Amino acid sequence: MNFEIIKEYMPLYIKAFMLTIRIGWMGIALSFVIGVISAFIMHFKIPIASKAVKVYIEIFRNTPLLVQLFFVYFGLPKIGIRISAEACGVIGLGLLGGSYMAESIRSGLGAVKVSQTEGALALGMTKGQLFRSVILPQAFTLSVPAVIANVIFLLKETSVFSAISLMDLMFTAKDLIGLYYNTTECLFMLVFFYIIMLLPVSVIGSIIEKKTGFKMFGE
Amino acid sequence: MEEILKINNLSKKFNDIVVLDNLSLSVKKGEVVVIVGPSGCGKSTFLRCINGLEDIDEGEVLLDGEKVSRNKKNLSKTRERIGMVFQSYDLFPHKNILQNITLAPIKVKKRKKADAEEEALKLLDRVGLLSKKDSYPRQLSGGQKQRVAIIRALIMHPEVLLLDEITAALDPEMVREVLDVVLSLAKEGRTMLIVTHEMAFARAVADRLIFLEGGKIVEEGSPAEFFDNPKTERLKSFLQTFSYE
Repeated sequence: MNFEIIKEYMPLYIKAFMLTIRIGWMGIALSFVIGVISAFIMHFKIPIASKAVKVYIEIFRNTPLLVQLFFVYFGLPKIGIRISAEACGVIGLGLLGGSYMAESIRSGLGAVKVSQTEGALALGMTKGQLFRSVILPQAFTLSVPAVIANVIFLLKETSVFSAISLMDLMFTAKDLIGLYYNTTECLFMLVFFYIIMLLPVSVIGSIIEKKTGFKMFGE
Repeated sequence: MEEILKINNLSKKFNDIVVLDNLSLSVKKGEVVVIVGPSGCGKSTFLRCINGLEDIDEGEVLLDGEKVSRNKKNLSKTRERIGMVFQSYDLFPHKNILQNITLAPIKVKKRKKADAEEEALKLLDRVGLLSKKDSYPRQLSGGQKQRVAIIRALIMHPEVLLLDEITAALDPEMVREVLDVVLSLAKEGRTMLIVTHEMAFARAVADRLIFLEGGKIVEEGSPAEFFDNPKTERLKSFLQTFSYE
């Protein structure tokens, strides 16, 4: 392994790393918003909307991100909407992630015991008070592990962004290999940067899991 | 004594199965009525119908002369006045003991936090659990949880308290500590409707006993009549199952 090459490529990788993180986290933020809204719609069984949400989830969970990105990237201009490749990445990741987040959050809401609802209602709480003070905090705790798993999964999925010519980590590595054939160094740096990106999420994720789960487990 | 709770011709069906069949009952202020009967006789459903956790098909429930509305908005107002404690405690696992008790008074009754906490601490002290105020439900034994559940209902100052098999999930020693609390409430003159399988306790706490089967009141009487001189064959054979002589 030639460290001179690594040093030389470093700025390019750092740039790609920042782009990957930026688009990744923006996409995840969008997926969370979509997920929460979808989960609430399903939990409250809002007519029509909940059917639409189910269709959305099934479509996006059962197609690859690459295909979804192609639809957004090449499809939207066809109907007259022009957006940047970055925005495509964010929207694509947000839509895919939203379908996973929706299922995770909905199952958290559904996992709160019925007896909790009855206990709260018997104390004279209204449906709103019940939801805010009893259901939501418990559902949050119950959804945390699945939501964190989704975040990690989505960050890894950013590796297909290269297909819509976003200069992310994967794109940079492939490009450099194609140009200079320094395969070992390039792949090593690629693995290194993905680990740098994901390891903190795993660690912080398990800390959050412990903190939020601590009070409730052992019931 | 004045009548606080009156149930007129209550009927309830689950699909085609009749669970409560034209049931009527009147409870006076300060009276403790114990309902016993074989499982599936409708005891729990009866209590759940009174505070609107179950819809009723026919009949009416009157609380202090007013008809208990089935209207969603008023139902929560009614439930403030009718406390209920369940077999499974149903404490909120994400809140500590003090928060469990003060949540409803603060949110529902809009009481000041300090004021609600002061009363909660007094009540905790009364049932011997003051030291547990900062613990979480998972750290408590079943008997302790159930005592907390009782004071969580009490702090709402209910006019009637419904207790639904509150000791059915507890070890014998814990049963005692919970029932002692209920006995002290009975002495205080609280109006209670109790469903239980603890016959010795039922005899000690009840002003009146009701034997329910098939959604109907089969027999009704004072503890002495009920246990020592049951009139119906059905009650005799039911009581027999609790003795080993």
